[in-house]
Amino acid sequence: MTKQLLTLRVNGEPRTIAADSHHTLLEVLREELGLTGTKHGCELGECGACTVLVDGVPVLACLTLPALVGDADVTTVEGLANGAGAGAPGREATLHPLQIAFAEEGAAQCGYCTPGMLMTAKALLDTTARPTRAQIASAISGNLCRCTGYTAIYEAIEKAASRA
Amino acid sequence: MSEFSVIGRRLPKVNSWAHLTGEARYADDLFLPRMLYGRVLRSTRPHARIRRVDTGRALAYPGVVAVVTGADMPEKMGIMPSTQDETALAVDRVRYVGEPVAAVAALDEDIAFDALSLIQVDYEDLEPIFTIEEALEREDVKIHDEAKRANVFKEVHLSFGDLEGGFAAADHVRDDWFFFEGNTHAPIESHSAVASYGPDDKLTLWTATQVPHYLHRELEKVLGLPRSRIRVIATPNGGAFGGKSDPFGHEFAAALLSIRTRRPVKITLDREEVFYAHRGRHPVKMRIRTGVKKDGEITAVHYQSWLDGGAYASYGIATTYYTGALLTVTYRIPAYKFDGVRVYTNKPPCGPKRGHGTTQPRYGFECQIDKIAEDLDLDPLEYRKKILQPANSRTVNDLRITSMGLGECLDALQRSTRYSERRGQLGRGKGIGLAGSAYISGAGLPIYWNEMPHSGAEIRIDRGGGVTVMCGTSEIGQGSDNMLASVAAEALGVMPADVHVVSGDTSLAPVDLGSYSSRVTFMAGNAVRDAAMKLRALLVAAAAEKLEVPADRLLSAYGRIYDRDDPSKFIAFADAAVLAESKHGTLVAAGSYKPPKGIGGSFKGAGVGPTPAYSYQAAVAEVTVDMDTGMVTVDKVTTAHDCGRALNPANVEGQVEGSAYMGYGEIIGEEQVFRGGLHKKPSLLDYKIPTSLDTPVLEAIVVESVDAEGPFGAKEAGEGPLNPVIPAIANAVYDAIGVRFDETPITAEKILTALGKRDRRGEQKTRIGPDGLDTGKADPKRALRRLTASTDARERKRPN
Repeated sequence: MTKQLLTLRVNGEPRTIAADSHHTLLEVLREELGLTGTKHGCELGECGACTVLVDGVPVLACLTLPALVGDADVTTVEGLANGAGAGAPGREATLHPLQIAFAEEGAAQCGYCTPGMLMTAKALLDTTARPTRAQIASAISGNLCRCTGYTAIYEAIEKAASRA
Repeated sequence: MSEFSVIGRRLPKVNSWAHLTGEARYADDLFLPRMLYGRVLRSTRPHARIRRVDTGRALAYPGVVAVVTGADMPEKMGIMPSTQDETALAVDRVRYVGEPVAAVAALDEDIAFDALSLIQVDYEDLEPIFTIEEALEREDVKIHDEAKRANVFKEVHLSFGDLEGGFAAADHVRDDWFFFEGNTHAPIESHSAVASYGPDDKLTLWTATQVPHYLHRELEKVLGLPRSRIRVIATPNGGAFGGKSDPFGHEFAAALLSIRTRRPVKITLDREEVFYAHRGRHPVKMRIRTGVKKDGEITAVHYQSWLDGGAYASYGIATTYYTGALLTVTYRIPAYKFDGVRVYTNKPPCGPKRGHGTTQPRYGFECQIDKIAEDLDLDPLEYRKKILQPANSRTVNDLRITSMGLGECLDALQRSTRYSERRGQLGRGKGIGLAGSAYISGAGLPIYWNEMPHSGAEIRIDRGGGVTVMCGTSEIGQGSDNMLASVAAEALGVMPADVHVVSGDTSLAPVDLGSYSSRVTFMAGNAVRDAAMKLRALLVAAAAEKLEVPADRLLSAYGRIYDRDDPSKFIAFADAAVLAESKHGTLVAAGSYKPPKGIGGSFKGAGVGPTPAYSYQAAVAEVTVDMDTGMVTVDKVTTAHDCGRALNPANVEGQVEGSAYMGYGEIIGEEQVFRGGLHKKPSLLDYKIPTSLDTPVLEAIVVESVDAEGPFGAKEAGEGPLNPVIPAIANAVYDAIGVRFDETPITAEKILTALGKRDRRGEQKTRIGPDGLDTGKADPKRALRRLTASTDARERKRPN
């Protein structure tokens, strides 16, 4: 295999790595950059667990080759809590409103689909400030959750939207 | 105001922050220095003798460090000590497509993957068996040589009360056959294990398991390494649902590869492999005969089940008993007979999935109760209320019933859904259905016979007032870590956020038997409470002395110990801890829990069914059937669940909703099915778990019966609520189109068949389901012919 030198912009930081050219963005994030918050559930584009944002758009990291990402901004769950609520006391100072609402509503049970779900939800809220239940259901329909039945996830996303 | 400061509040789970920031470390997230990557070679044959496994070429492949095969670990293992029929990797024989045969450790995963294709396995095909009927009849083909009759794994017969008298006294007898199709857990996290054998000759295994303690025992047996030198750490499970509660081949393979190479080894299954690991819901054929008086009072029930167990035992002996054990705890049954048979077939082993063994009979029975209500012109909800098994009673099969909230669940559903007024009134294509159910709050007996506690916990209070709870429970997403923190916090008077939880670690925490049979809240909760109350007594005594207030007047909450009559008199929890430690030494206490004696009978087979408390639940489903396409849309499922007391209502509702979701998936389309021994849909694209767009509106209603023995009155919430959803949907479909679905799943194809829209004859049916066992038709060699045909077809399709 030929290793390829790549510079990716991940969570606002430039990261240069050498990776096999056939390795996916998911593998590079987890194995080269140590960003294990992004999960793999199938590595076939079926479950949505590996969803990250590329220039704000949710993509499946398991189906994305890093070479094609170029100099776009990649955001993973580790980059979600980046002072979105700066100024507020305690936990709220660092966490994204979605993370707080997910905790309050019990929207993460096993937590494995959660990082991907959060990234999809962030992309939705970034484009649609007050989504309807149907819009939320449609947005997260590519993110499989086996624990919750989705109800708490809807409620959490609605709660985060109402606080924005 | 509530008498509690923690219990009953919707506080965020203590482990949710790690989940929400990507900091939770699941097994596959572990990367250790010098770590090797392992992969498992799996059988391509459903039933074959292994003539030879040649690992030479794989070992010679650059980057491969070690290869192990079944011959390296020939010791039999399995979750139930009495029926161990598996080996970590196949020895001499394979019994299903996907069975682990060998494992490779290499410098990276690509090399390990490539090396698998260099391992040559010389198979001699044997005739496979794929159906219950073939398994029962084919004496000439033995999947396991030990089976006494054909391919029967286990046969049980239990009889209670006067069955013949009961049927003789009946005014009406229903005799129905049902079939429940197999399905699988499909957790989003695939199984993963990391083994590290150190220079101190100790093995550590981090693994996504529900049963670290049982795995610990099996590792000792298979590896020949004393348990004192093995440490199992159950990593947070990314969903499990019963699918991670057996010891698995890849766990032993990772361990042995690490022992051989003296380097850490990680094996993570890919999605397809998860479908082969399986241990999911058994396909079950059932016959239920029920006698009733004119007013509906049940006089006798004869329940028979035939379980398709797949290739190995797994929990099969318990599953078999569970199909018959819990039918008696919901409605009064004065005479009861249960016959159960579990057979071996050449498919991935079935095991426990949420509702373990009780889901299939509950489906059949609740559909039959609906039919009886119709036969007798009774309202199905009122009818169920009239025949409830009373609280604080004993069933005909000698099960002790304590708190019993099924009546309250039915009342709550009627208030919420107006079921009784709406049934039969929604017009063709729309329907509403109801069912009830029950489940255990932990099995009354452990898997291996012993007199020790089922759950142990240790609590330590540090000099800053920090509380550490140690308990061997496995956090699988059900919220057990938060339950441990909440119970300890409530008992001691601090907040859950002040509690550190150490769980699932066989070295750091006392034994808890594991996250199965919905036992953790009841049993580990009681163990933690026991430990906490011992420490609380020391703190309160110290505070009483300091405050000069009688100890029985002191309460503790929100980090203070204070005078009930004058809350301005208080001492901070941390200060009380310093006083208590000064007086008594290091503040550590252990607690434990074991179910009381006398909760079940003493006959052979009485070990399965008893529990310290049954949870009760009922569901109402509302459906729309598209008469042209046959598509069933479940519009809403409302589930009322008696959980004793909701320690955290948000988490209880989450379990109830999640159960409803999973039950919905099971009846509306999920199926673990095979063609010629090959899994038809081993991917999340083909095995359709419901997406957000499929899932009905789910409503959870919490009913609190406050159980006298549960921790703060709590019972289980994680499994029971799945059970009633399945028959409720079947009964709703009947209400919509007048067709009884006596088999699962209810697919569009079956609906169209029933409506007579699949062929020109237009023959309509009022029932879809089996009429009996297809016995007497077993055609020797048929399975082998089918297998050969499908293999040939695949070969023809392969591009040159």
